[in-house]
Amino acid sequence: MRITCPICGERDRREFYYQGDAVALRRPAPDAGEAAWEDYLHLRENPAGTTRDLWYHEAGCGAWLVVTRDTVTHAVQAVALAGDGSAEGGS
Amino acid sequence: MRFSGWKVLSEGLTGNRGWSPHWREPEPRQDYDVVIIGGGGHGLSTAYYLAKEHGLTNIAVLEKNYIGGGNVGRNTTIVRANYFLPGNSEFYSHALKLWEGLEEDLNYNVMHSQRGLINLFHSDGQRDAFARRGNAMINQGDDAELLDREGVRQYLPYLDFDNGRFPIYGGLLHRRGGTARHDAVAWGYARGADQRGVHLIQNCEVTGIDIENGRVRGVQTTRGAIRARKVGIVVAGRSGQVAAMAGLRLPIESHVLQAFVTEGLKPVIDHVVSFGMGHFYISQSDKGGLVFGGDLDFYASYAQRGNLPMVEHVMEAGMTLMPMIGKARVLRSWGGIMDMTPDGSPIIDKTGVDGLYIDCGWCYGGFKAVPASGHCFAHLIATDRPHGAATRFRLDRFRTGHGLMDEEGTGAQHNLH
Repeated sequence: MRITCPICGERDRREFYYQGDAVALRRPAPDAGEAAWEDYLHLRENPAGTTRDLWYHEAGCGAWLVVTRDTVTHAVQAVALAGDGSAEGGS
Repeated sequence: MRFSGWKVLSEGLTGNRGWSPHWREPEPRQDYDVVIIGGGGHGLSTAYYLAKEHGLTNIAVLEKNYIGGGNVGRNTTIVRANYFLPGNSEFYSHALKLWEGLEEDLNYNVMHSQRGLINLFHSDGQRDAFARRGNAMINQGDDAELLDREGVRQYLPYLDFDNGRFPIYGGLLHRRGGTARHDAVAWGYARGADQRGVHLIQNCEVTGIDIENGRVRGVQTTRGAIRARKVGIVVAGRSGQVAAMAGLRLPIESHVLQAFVTEGLKPVIDHVVSFGMGHFYISQSDKGGLVFGGDLDFYASYAQRGNLPMVEHVMEAGMTLMPMIGKARVLRSWGGIMDMTPDGSPIIDKTGVDGLYIDCGWCYGGFKAVPASGHCFAHLIATDRPHGAATRFRLDRFRTGHGLMDEEGTGAQHNLH
């Protein structure tokens, strides 16, 4: 699997650390309650198909990336910088 | 048909013409007391114990593919009871006791081989951790012996003891640990359930779960609608999708775990051995193939195949530990879909929908749990109360934070187990 970092270009999967579903970008308010926090921390759609997850280019530029990919074929469809606002939310 | 030494001998002398199929292929009825979704090891053992221990025989096991075709037929076959934390400790202890009586119980040769498991350690800190784990195992009533370097050498002379990076300090020996023939476990439970009247319905995929007023009424399948008073979901890596049919979201992310087999070799590895400084564990099958595996690829996947970086890591770890296997040729590898929970421990619980139960989250360690998972899940389904060995496998522990069982001590977070 290769991931095209918007900053560094196409790189080997080994350069990236997998954080998990991009729901991580939607952190609830501290007082949002148990259900919201369980949703954020633990519950997952876990799709067989297109997913959007968060990867960290730890052996490269250090950018956090939202990778849109297919969990059945491992095809990477799109990669965006997590910080630029175009990549909100999870799968 | 009962198996016995006499039967094997007499069939061998008369052309093996007297064997019959291990189980029937019934048409699904329209109505069952209990429907089990998933004909893997855990689903089959659940049906078996429902029939055997709870007298429920109007049961169907629905399998979308064929019996023994999923993870139960594709794993590294290790059986052990060497867990540390309360919850896991008593459960796997219960499992190992069931394993020890399994062949007699099923009248089936599952080739359970208690050849001993040795977990190696490579530093003083790791020795302390293993000593502590061994004490926990002994306190649970299971067996553990701490071996020093020379003690390990006596059993495993072929290891690279003086490896410059990861020298071997010793190992924790669990004599009752070992392996079993994975396919035979599925077949034995399938046969045992069938003999007690359970319907095993293959090529029958569940496409919907019918719920009325908060109570389960049955399932929709590719072979028609089936009514049921109780439904159990036991579908491992597919837990998320099947639970979604009942409107449930689970604390599960499905990942890929790879395993490998070499060509058949003469006996060289007599035990199950695990490396302490890289994810690598190995045993030798009765056919002679070296069976070994490593860690997850560490990204969500349903591909049932992994990527090359983890293949490379596993091979490197194997070569670091036991260079003698370097010339063995790998025949095949495969990837299974693992239902990973945030804390790495399983779930056997009610769902919040009356009559709907779930058994999932076995992560990459479900094979050794097959007997006890079915035993405890059957108890829950039949009595609506958790079995004593599985009281802590609660679905709500992630919401409340109480009773998390994080064996690795890395935190109850999805990408860490």
